[in-house]
Amino acid sequence: MRIDVKKTYKLFIGGSFPRSESGRCYEISNAKGVFIANPAQASRKDLRDAVVAARSAFGGWSGATAFNRGQILYRAAEIMEGRAAQFVDEIVAVEGVTSSAAKKQVQEAIDTWVWYSGWCDKIGSIFGSTNQVSGAFYNFTIPEPMGVVAAFAPQKSSLLGLVQTIAPIIATGNTVVAVASQKLPLSAITLAEVLATSDLPGGVVNILTGMTAELAPWIGSHMDIDAVDATGLTSAQDKELRVAGSENLKRVSTFKAEQSPQRILAFMEHKTVWHPIGI
Amino acid sequence: MQVIDGSASSIKSFLKTLSPVDQVGAESRAAMLATRSIKTSSKSWAIDMAISMIDLTTLEGADTAGKVKAICNKAVRPDPSDPTVPHVGAICVYNDMVKIARTHLDAAGGKDIPVAAVSTAFPSGRASLEVKRVDTEDAIANGAAEIDMVIDRGAFLSGDLEKVYSEIKYIKSLCEGRAHLKVILETGELVTLDNVRKASFLAMAAGADFIKTSTGKVTPAATAPVVLVMLEAVRDWYAMTGVKIGVKPAGGIRTTKDAIKQLVLVNETAGPEWLTPELFRIGASALLNDLLMQRMKLRDGHYAGPNYVTLD
Repeated sequence: MRIDVKKTYKLFIGGSFPRSESGRCYEISNAKGVFIANPAQASRKDLRDAVVAARSAFGGWSGATAFNRGQILYRAAEIMEGRAAQFVDEIVAVEGVTSSAAKKQVQEAIDTWVWYSGWCDKIGSIFGSTNQVSGAFYNFTIPEPMGVVAAFAPQKSSLLGLVQTIAPIIATGNTVVAVASQKLPLSAITLAEVLATSDLPGGVVNILTGMTAELAPWIGSHMDIDAVDATGLTSAQDKELRVAGSENLKRVSTFKAEQSPQRILAFMEHKTVWHPIGI
Repeated sequence: MQVIDGSASSIKSFLKTLSPVDQVGAESRAAMLATRSIKTSSKSWAIDMAISMIDLTTLEGADTAGKVKAICNKAVRPDPSDPTVPHVGAICVYNDMVKIARTHLDAAGGKDIPVAAVSTAFPSGRASLEVKRVDTEDAIANGAAEIDMVIDRGAFLSGDLEKVYSEIKYIKSLCEGRAHLKVILETGELVTLDNVRKASFLAMAAGADFIKTSTGKVTPAATAPVVLVMLEAVRDWYAMTGVKIGVKPAGGIRTTKDAIKQLVLVNETAGPEWLTPELFRIGASALLNDLLMQRMKLRDGHYAGPNYVTLD
């Protein structure tokens, strides 16, 4: 007779797994109402800490070579592949889908990492340009990462939606504070365990679980967040966030396409450089 | 109270009268006080108090006149967009920057902000007494109103307390009537809390106006148990002599939370009368920006970012 060792689902901030500073957690049950787990319920101070961690990780991550970032994203796919069975079990328990549907979701999530890892060192040459100007100058336009991006993962997907949200943001050197689906947050924390062991520097990805409506206004008004992926918000929450975010001109985006280079470009700024010819 | 005449035996017998420090007790008391939650109006008060207690410090080999002038401006008006922010307690610089800081502070409207100079071959203290004398006199002549001297840790740890005592007393005689003397114990090198307590009393007996934890060049620096022991020392000294000595933690205090924990320690240990820039200072540089960001958060209702405070 052995007692199961249950997993405590905590937050993922700056590369470590703290409980919420508020000490709160909330209840997750499956589609039939059966209790599954008590994940942490993040407070606005956890959000603040996550933004600080993301900001301090930004310099190193955006300064790494695109090739290196691509390798690390690919590494995340490798590690996830090895833990696929755990993800499948979690998705079956929480979403109540069949194991083959869960397996499909996990495989698609792994493939998403691979797809975006390929984009890392290509985005500059495909979406940057060499411009013709009337003068003795080389003129380049280069897409650069924006900084700290907050993201609301789609509410209906426990794993795939989150990966589809995070991967395009970090591929180019942004760091992210992601809020997991409110009702389906468990795979998000398991994903955090994958990322923590994928050579991804601490703070590049931070994952919060909790009440979307509670965190959204604080994300909207936070002056150190540069952009928001608001896909997981309701239209009313989205509108409120855009109003609050106007204070520091946050770029707020929502996406219909699940996987697209547009999701990368949404969190890049184009910078133009003039360089005299012959020097 | 046991009298010290400067001889090795009188110092030893004086320090023998001190009660030893319960290290486990000090650590748990400091940890317990750190759990206090200071919110809303109390927090707002604490932030302004902490700002007015900062010894805004730049002690880098790469310091330039420009950088010193920049921090002087910041000392006078920490947040240029908000005139209600108080000015800091002092500017703390190396000897050769004292004159630049003094001149610029006066020009920028900070006549009442003193300049503190680190002295006596800071941070190691490894120089002859003559060099230490010149270092101190030169700083005072250039306008330093506070002298931050380091003790000879090598002498202290090898038991040559007489040397430590006489050196402090000598530097004090140079400062007398012209500058406040802060004595840096460099607690990170003193190994035990008992030594911290002994060094605190030694410094106070030799005439320190302030006792300061660290140079900021050694880790650990101003840990909570160390500050607790030093605050207890000044409290006990006040009970013995009726003289209030100041305390200055320095090094490693970077966030508003850290600063407020320090203020709680002061209030609960030495008492509320120590909650003034005359008796408590915080040696810091990055801390000021965090205090300003927290102040903006309280004022505006949303989180500020480092883009809205000066880079220094």
